[in-house]
Amino acid sequence: MSSLSNKLVFALFLLSTAAMASEPTPARQKELVHLVRQDCGSCHGMTLQGGLGPALLPANLRDKPAEGLAATIYYGRPGTPMPPWQQFMSEAEAAWIVDKLMSEFPK
Amino acid sequence: MKTMRLFLCLSLALLLNACAGPQLRGTGDLGLVIERASGHVTLVNTSVRQPYARIEGLGDLSHASAVYSRDGRYAFIFGRDGGLTKIDLLEAKIVKRVIQSGNAIGGSISQDGRIVVAQNYAPGGIKAFDAETLELLSEVPAEYAPGKFSKVVGLADVPGNKFAYALFEGGEIWVTDFSQPKQPTTQRYPAGKQPYDGLVTPDGRYFLAGLFGEDGVAMLDLWQPEKGARKILENYGRGEEKLPVFKMPHLRGWSVAQGKAYLPAIGRHEVLVVDVATWKEVGRIPVRGQPVFVMARPDGRQVWVNFAFPDNGKMDVIDTLAGKVVHAFEPGKGILHMEFAPRGENVWLSARDDNKVLIYNTMNFSKQGEIAADSPSGIFFTTRAARIGF
Repeated sequence: MSSLSNKLVFALFLLSTAAMASEPTPARQKELVHLVRQDCGSCHGMTLQGGLGPALLPANLRDKPAEGLAATIYYGRPGTPMPPWQQFMSEAEAAWIVDKLMSEFPK
Repeated sequence: MKTMRLFLCLSLALLLNACAGPQLRGTGDLGLVIERASGHVTLVNTSVRQPYARIEGLGDLSHASAVYSRDGRYAFIFGRDGGLTKIDLLEAKIVKRVIQSGNAIGGSISQDGRIVVAQNYAPGGIKAFDAETLELLSEVPAEYAPGKFSKVVGLADVPGNKFAYALFEGGEIWVTDFSQPKQPTTQRYPAGKQPYDGLVTPDGRYFLAGLFGEDGVAMLDLWQPEKGARKILENYGRGEEKLPVFKMPHLRGWSVAQGKAYLPAIGRHEVLVVDVATWKEVGRIPVRGQPVFVMARPDGRQVWVNFAFPDNGKMDVIDTLAGKVVHAFEPGKGILHMEFAPRGENVWLSARDDNKVLIYNTMNFSKQGEIAADSPSGIFFTTRAARIGF
């Protein structure tokens, strides 16, 4: 499947999950926060101010569409060092991470 | 009577002074542990394998690293937030701290020990500081094309008060000569796509930059730089499989043992073995994850390997004589870094998610102790003070 149709399917999926408003459980949220701060943090910085990868603070993400950001997490970005994280999280969890990154990411 | 009293006072003062005076000691068995989440460093003694002091107030220490003054007394710590902190290991205190950039990735110290150089992501470039005062001496922006700045990776000190480094976006190796610290001169060498880290060989002759954007490693012979950087190990790299890389390997702290170099294969569950006379690949050793640090015990008999997420709880130990993994274990959660005791009888591992530093005997692999630390990452012992590229 091409990455474009991947993204399309994913966007549709996001729309449907948004309607369901499914939030990860509190324990899973804690795991995801740890994953983002520690493991995403090895490139984006533990405080998300950027490193080899770009900064992920609300001000940096403001003008970017949430679906695209969630797709970047889930599928990675070919041609850059950004890997796909789909073996470690669901699409809904990627969307939850984006939502938190765009507001204020938990400690 | 009066003179007697004066004499007594004087001798008492002398006695007190002698008691209160500092106890003399060397620093060869000291070191520090970065506590990345809380901006602390814990100072440790490798003879008794215990911490002896803790210093706070170092800012954002995620991905922090340290280099030592040549007398092994002072550590220079480069924080992610651009903080450069000079610590006195004997007095266990911060001597000086400056914020030198917005986003830093490490640093190095010159051959003569007088210049500390920080490598920065933002604004991309390097900055040189007086090691005594941390006063800014000069800077070299990594402007590889008009108006375009690159992140700097792989900074290494090389002989002649020079520093070699690579430009991630710029795809070049630069060598800057600080023999006149305020008027540095820089030579540029095309290297390849997206160098992600670099190293200098222990003799200071070769600078290698691992490439992310293409297969292979760029190598510059610093004894004959006019020949330019050439590509080695073109089959090394992510190859056809192109496994996703969940953490960039670190090349600094790499290993040369018995005439062979052991390098992390990017995007592969392998350690690459390279003949350092020919720079040809002579073997690949399967391991249990994507290697991050591949470090030789000081005698070169063993090479210890830790791994990228999600295998970062594992450690594999390669016997360089057997050419294979002889010990595999899971010492803790989030093993980020390791450091060998000066002559290698034990190794210290930071287990980030266990909030511990674990100490293992390298002969029989038994655990010798542990030290509490808050999200420990880098461990740096003063033996680095005398090594090129550390």
